[in-house]
Amino acid sequence: MNRREFNQLLTAGAIAGILPKTSLAFSSVKPNYDIPQKGNARLLHITDCHAQLKPIYFREPNVNMGLNEALGKTPHVVGDAFLKKNKLTKNSMEAHAFTYLNFNAAAKEYGKVGGFAHLSTLIKSLRASVGDNDNSLLLDGGDTWQGSATAYWTRGKDMVQAANLLGVDVMTGHWEFTYQDEEVFSNVDDFNGEFLAQNIKLTEDALFEGSRAHDEDTGHVFKPYTIKEINGHRIAIIGQAFPYTPVANPKRFIPDWSFGIQNEDLQELVNDIKENEKPAAIVVLSHNGMDVDLKLASVVTGIDFILGGHTHDGVPIPVTVKNSGGETVVTNAGSNGKFVGVLDLNLTNGKLKGYEYHLLPVFSNFIKADSEMAALIDEIRKPHLEKLNEELAVTESLLYRRGNFNGTFDQLICDALRHELNAEISLSPGFRWGTTVLPGQAVTFEHVMDQTCITYPETYARDMLGNEIKAILEDVADNLFHPDPFYQQGGDMVRVGGMNYICDPTALSGKRISNMTLDNGKLIEANKYYKVAGWATVGSVAPGKPIWEVVSSYLRNQKTVNITNINSPKLRNLGNNPGIFL
Amino acid sequence: MAISRRKFLNMLTVGSAACLTLLTPITAWSAWASDAFNATQSEDAYKNLLGATETIDSDEVKLKVPKIAENGGAVPVSVKTSMKGVESISLFVKNNPQPLTASFQIPAGTIANVSTRIRLAQTSTVTAVIKANGKLYSKSQEVKVTIGGCGG
Repeated sequence: MNRREFNQLLTAGAIAGILPKTSLAFSSVKPNYDIPQKGNARLLHITDCHAQLKPIYFREPNVNMGLNEALGKTPHVVGDAFLKKNKLTKNSMEAHAFTYLNFNAAAKEYGKVGGFAHLSTLIKSLRASVGDNDNSLLLDGGDTWQGSATAYWTRGKDMVQAANLLGVDVMTGHWEFTYQDEEVFSNVDDFNGEFLAQNIKLTEDALFEGSRAHDEDTGHVFKPYTIKEINGHRIAIIGQAFPYTPVANPKRFIPDWSFGIQNEDLQELVNDIKENEKPAAIVVLSHNGMDVDLKLASVVTGIDFILGGHTHDGVPIPVTVKNSGGETVVTNAGSNGKFVGVLDLNLTNGKLKGYEYHLLPVFSNFIKADSEMAALIDEIRKPHLEKLNEELAVTESLLYRRGNFNGTFDQLICDALRHELNAEISLSPGFRWGTTVLPGQAVTFEHVMDQTCITYPETYARDMLGNEIKAILEDVADNLFHPDPFYQQGGDMVRVGGMNYICDPTALSGKRISNMTLDNGKLIEANKYYKVAGWATVGSVAPGKPIWEVVSSYLRNQKTVNITNINSPKLRNLGNNPGIFL
Repeated sequence: MAISRRKFLNMLTVGSAACLTLLTPITAWSAWASDAFNATQSEDAYKNLLGATETIDSDEVKLKVPKIAENGGAVPVSVKTSMKGVESISLFVKNNPQPLTASFQIPAGTIANVSTRIRLAQTSTVTAVIKANGKLYSKSQEVKVTIGGCGG
């Protein structure tokens, strides 16, 4: 398909799509997907699709705060501050893609985002416009095999098929490692591209036992980097998996593997690649999270680009970081199939001379679905359709997850836990994936799975001392607000139900949480027991039913969802933080 | 001759077994070692082991330890340096009940490069102290021990 044919398809899609019906004045009604090539090598970047094969709604956060050096800087700006920083027009399509502003109306206006069939058409066109697939690369930052019911039921295999058809050349991972290690290897073997990670090594014990490794001498479990040739130019791609997988997710699935940021190893690898491979550019495909990548770019020299994921930040304007060896450009490409990053490189005489970057929002109504991909998705979903489509309740509230402290869908999960497990307090992990449901929509079993399907979904209800609850909140708060990004894990704060508290993110570790009270206003006492319900235990398997059964059962009884009370903490000492709009 | 890592590890095991037999029984330890290892405060451990509490912070001390422990019960740590005249390499975990965790005597002519696994009771500063030419050089790093969970 050539560019003209593709643009015709786009136009057809636009006409078939939903045209403005409200009185709001939007600045444009058609996304521009015609990106002429600048330079001579095109890298396409997707990340954190969380197995969303079909188009979805996804609301960006209104709380994504930065502290210390990150205060007010990309990616820690939301809403109007985001628009201003990125020079976007209010009420434009881009404003809808990148911010939560006017979400309900704009979502109805512009429709769903992402979906692999639409992604496929867009990617084919972006690759066709630079010649053929040999002149471009498609990089996937990971979190691809987890996040939907079908991915859970097929143990990630459906996504391997879809990624193969999409033509992914290179990927790295995070939630990929929440399947059992043999399943990970089986999926990697089925994947047509290369699976890279410089920062996953066998433990010494596992190496001794002869566990599977890419290289027994270095201990690398997966290939650390690859060299790809585009138009005769050599480009090095290094994989950087999520460094804290065995801490943030169960270690029991991957007992032989050790992670970490491993920035010293990365520096050695970059030096080695420069000397021995002589590439025109070095790119790190990273699942560190934006704040970790920004710091990494300042301490490791010789990297030209870090194409990042994990923190789900849609960053339209990349951040250039200076270090002792030069500059490194850092990006982050959002989540849920909502964006495609287009990085055009100008390579001359074995050197990088310039670049141009676009982060394109994928508006599904404006792109024709690729028929081959659509057929694969139908085939994957067909045996499960009845289950997926079950309408559990109708929501009157907008249901979403993203935000540092709470989201309405998390409140729903917390309410369900308390109600179904008869607990005073509930806890729910601060994941950043999970799709959005608009007011008036039916909440289906698929929506519930989008928010909950992990390989350790078991629930618990047990008595906990007040000071144990505080310790959990403090621990997670430190993972989020530690002043050194290398100690941050990139999730959001644990969600709570049935209780409230005061949080001072600027305080020292162990001193951020205070004034914990129950919903009835009673102070939570340190040495008193409270019945707490939760899910997603990392250390050991919890005894209860999977979380989706708990939430589904609650929804079937409720019939209508209306979230009126949100257990969000009172924040202290933040002043005028452009990463917060409450 | 190329040697595979597995083969090398096997050789190491044989080697370490041999080394173990050379270690002096714990009962024969001199009083200073016992006082240093049993001290419950970092300062006492430093004083008893090294005779001083002041060290020079130095980037020549290459301390490699995870920032967040994957398993607080066995945290891999390695210390190396290219400094000359190294006499000993010691490891202190500030918040452990007994901060002095390990001390390696480095005989003259030996490459100063040790690695071991240490136990952390809780989040703590880990400090490596190298004694070289009678002076004390150190490098510290925070190692977090977390309950885990909730990653993006």
